[in-house]
Amino acid sequence: MVNAVGREMPEKIGSYTVRPFEGTGKAKKVLEPVVSKRRPKLGPEDHNKLCKDLKEAIQKTGLKDGMTISFHHCFREGDMVIAQVLTAIRELGIKHLRFAPSAVVNIKNPSVVSFVEDGTIDRIEASGIRGELGDAVIDGLMEEPVILRPHGARPRAIETGDLQIDVAFIGASSSDEYGNCTGQVGPNACGSLGYAFVDASCAEQVVIVTDNLVEYPCCPTSISQQYVDYVVVVDQIGDPVKIGAGAARMTKNPRDLMIASKAADAIAASRLFKEGFSFQTGAGAISIACTNYLAERMEERGIHASFALGGMTANIIEMFKKGLVRVLECSQSFDAVAARAIAEYPNILEIDNSVYSNPYTKGSMLDKLNFGVLGALEVDTDFNLNILTGMSGEMMGGLGGGPDVADGADISIVTIPVIRGRTPSIVPKVFTCCTPGESVAMVVTEAGIALNPKHKYYEMLKEDFEAAGIKTVSIQYLCDLAISYTGTPKPIETTDKVVAVVEYRDGTVIDVIRQIKR
Amino acid sequence: MRLENTGIAGTLESSDVMVTVSPNPSSGIDIQIDSAVSAQYGDEMRETVQAVMREFDITDAVVQLQDKGALDCVIRARCETAACRALGVGFNWKGEK
Repeated sequence: MVNAVGREMPEKIGSYTVRPFEGTGKAKKVLEPVVSKRRPKLGPEDHNKLCKDLKEAIQKTGLKDGMTISFHHCFREGDMVIAQVLTAIRELGIKHLRFAPSAVVNIKNPSVVSFVEDGTIDRIEASGIRGELGDAVIDGLMEEPVILRPHGARPRAIETGDLQIDVAFIGASSSDEYGNCTGQVGPNACGSLGYAFVDASCAEQVVIVTDNLVEYPCCPTSISQQYVDYVVVVDQIGDPVKIGAGAARMTKNPRDLMIASKAADAIAASRLFKEGFSFQTGAGAISIACTNYLAERMEERGIHASFALGGMTANIIEMFKKGLVRVLECSQSFDAVAARAIAEYPNILEIDNSVYSNPYTKGSMLDKLNFGVLGALEVDTDFNLNILTGMSGEMMGGLGGGPDVADGADISIVTIPVIRGRTPSIVPKVFTCCTPGESVAMVVTEAGIALNPKHKYYEMLKEDFEAAGIKTVSIQYLCDLAISYTGTPKPIETTDKVVAVVEYRDGTVIDVIRQIKR
Repeated sequence: MRLENTGIAGTLESSDVMVTVSPNPSSGIDIQIDSAVSAQYGDEMRETVQAVMREFDITDAVVQLQDKGALDCVIRARCETAACRALGVGFNWKGEK
């Protein structure tokens, strides 16, 4: 069958039943109550949740073959929790688990691949897979397809019962012995634990893994003791250098700076750029530069933002300190400066990823967002975005909150160079469609800005750009320009085997990824 | 023309290519490509190398491309320079159109 963005897919993939994407805003209402596996429980009888090691905690949870385990990725590439837990599970001989972290970061020694190879894990659901695991999956490592969901879709899947978690392992940089814990303080602070909240409230059992046991009660507390079954102290939960040692530096690449500056100009030209506006920029090189240019435009015009949303970086903290933004809503902290800031300032808040991005709540913060700046690997002439697969079909990124921000923000701005090396970024048809073009307002490149005529605010943007003297080009022009530099690439050949399913934020399938023919 | 030396041109920077042209007595043109985009552009890269070798009348050479995503015009320029260096001749700017 073919979905609303023209992608062909089978009706059933392994045990996964496909519901095809029908368009944004076409999602069905969910009438059933929220699904949670959490049960009423009379605490531990001896008031002791502390286990001597991971194995004891795993045994106490009663984890069995075929169950589902979850993790958050707030420690990013510095994560040391996943490997330790999976190793303990392997040593206990538990097999065929469904591995459902908020994202698979590229952990090595041991890599996740080894746990798939020995049968500890046989299903994966996450926001992205890359590195060694991504390569192995694209080459057909798994029997069942990997299910990839954007940040807003994961809490939806958990609360609708599509993804039911038996045991959630939550790494925390500080915890007390009764499970009150946080990522904001401690030697390996990662900042917001945004991704872990839904796991804590919906998993049948919750194990806190920490390397910094503090006196009861832990303060500040992000995740409350009422959700926690066991607490384990390990030597180290993360590598602080890889969690994000300092602030990400401003790029010096003139092309990236030019794109960032144009994106800030596009924002400043919009009538929505006014006192009390809101924005989300993100952590890519162009995004960080764009944040700085945006701060300049705000200072020039004397405009202040009401809030900034999503993953935070040091330069947004800087804007906050200058009084340019009233509240920072942090679902994630991208560097050490942003990680520590939550505990330091009352208006810098840690938020649940679900309130940030889940369309199936009584209101997500994205509903209130004016401007979202996004990155992408490819954009096509229908404005569809690929944020997962690279030039040769390899897994390059994660969905993150991209599809959510595009859909939720009034104006979503894709910042992208027309070519990267010899790889065209503006193409006739994206290899993997992750974000539907109808939710993308404009594409900003070094060779010009293309407005999407099918976006709901096209007329408004066109008028505002004309008033500000910003010239636009067509997306076809950018595509032709890219191909004129690079030549036409040979198409990527695939087999019929679907190795990954790409879900949209409403749980429908926007695309599938097939095994690459070698 | 017969190659006496090995000629190298280019760098390993992103968007560049390092081309090495070395002697390959009586064994034809042997093209070795190391590139992340060889599946997409390998054939075009070979055509460009062959064309440059023909222009310099080189019939026997090992041509190695360590490509970091160079555009075709860059590959051609680096090949021409590497060929000049391997032949020990200067580039004929008058021939440029």
